[in-house]
This record gives sequence, structure tokens and C-alpha cells, in this order.
Amino acid sequence: MPIEVNGKTIETDEEGYLVNLSDWNEDVALKLAESEGLEMDENRWEVVNFLREYYNEYQIAPAVRVLTKAIGKKLGKEKGNSKYLYELFPYGPAKQACKIAGLPKPTGCV
Amino acid sequence: MSDTTKKFLYLNRKAPYGTIYALESLEVVLIGAAFEQDVALAFVDDGVYQITKGQDTAGIGVKNFSPTYSALGDYDVNKIYVEKESLEARGLTVDDLLDLKYEDEDDDWAEKDSIRVVTAQELADIMDEQDVILSF
Repeated sequence: MPIEVNGKTIETDEEGYLVNLSDWNEDVALKLAESEGLEMDENRWEVVNFLREYYNEYQIAPAVRVLTKAIGKKLGKEKGNSKYLYELFPYGPAKQACKIAGLPKPTGCV
Repeated sequence: MSDTTKKFLYLNRKAPYGTIYALESLEVVLIGAAFEQDVALAFVDDGVYQITKGQDTAGIGVKNFSPTYSALGDYDVNKIYVEKESLEARGLTVDDLLDLKYEDEDDDWAEKDSIRVVTAQELADIMDEQDVILSF
């Protein structure tokens, strides 16, 4: 199902993930967040940007457990817990934040 | 260790590209680790090429997934055995392999090497200790 961003048509799969990772930019992220019913504030951007950096380095989207640990290490202990991450992304940080970050669905995520 | 945790060894014998075995193995490892099992990897025969440094897949049009091995430490996969004889037969040393590390929670998060070069005999003993061995 394609989405429209700034007059450009961008392809997504049946679950709303970007088909081409290279289509991603911040406007696309805003549009994807909107379709999830989420408003992008500073805290959400922080997680989304973290996921993009992680993907760049390791070529995978991390599992929730790994994400939680890594976030805690990088952004501080008060953010490195699933309660905080689920408040930002109620349908699952790995699933929703990865989608907004333009990444494929995490490995092992059904 | 609880009753539901088993010792898994993933045995990797094939070159990284040309077949899907190496990538499939890596994905299963990541899934298995997410379920908090006790996971170890072994690289034998051409499998040792899976964790060599400086892989470049531009010419064959497939994704270079070797950076993902560096994430294994985050998944608490920190027992990576490489068979000494296989390295030697291919003129490789541990310096040709990726620098795979993990942080030891019980040692103030000290960074440690995940790769352990073992002889065929030592690897046989390691295999004897496993509950499950999956061969790729």
C-alpha cells in the first residue's frame, strides 16, 4: 500500500513497512508515525534515530530485550526499560519504532 | 540455570555466500537467543569464511550480513568457537577474523573476546556437552 509524502509516492508492504529502506527521510517518518497514530516528540525521535544507527552498524533491527539494554546504556537507565519504551510505542517499540525508522520488521518478530 | 534453558550449538560449515545456510543460521541464532537459551556457535570447514573481516558483496548483488555477527554480544551470544585445523588449512589466522566482543555483566561490563580457537578434539568435547546441535 503506497503512501504519499511531499507529492512523492512511496511503496510500503501490507503491514506498512517501507519496501525500500532508501526512501526514508524525516517527512516519511512523520507520515509513518501518523499512520500509527503517534506524534513524533523528542523522545520518540531519540529511539527512532537510535534504531537507524543500530541498523547502520549491524544490518539488523534489534530484539526488544537488546534494544532496551542498549538504550539504557546510551540514553540513561531511566529510559532503558520496557515500560518507558512501551509508553512511547504502545504496540511494541521494536515493531512500531522500526516501522517509523524505515527499517524491516525485527528478526524473530511475528 | 533453569530447566527450560538448553545448551544450543549452531554448527556452521559452509561459505557465507552461494547458499542460504549461513544467513539462515544467523537468523535462527538471533531468534534462539531472544528466547534466552544458552547459545554457542562453531565455525568449521569453509564456515570459517563467514566471520572473516573485510567482506565485500558488491560484485555478487547480495547483502553483506557480516556486520550482524558483531551484534551477537548484545544478544548474550559470547561463545564462538572456531576450529584451528580449518583456519590453518585455509591459511587464515584469528587476525583475519572479525573482532567479536561481548561485555561481561559479572565483571563490571569488561569487554572480552567472544572468539575461541579450538582444536577438532576440543570441539568434539564441546559438542558432547550440548543438548541440541543444529548443523548448517
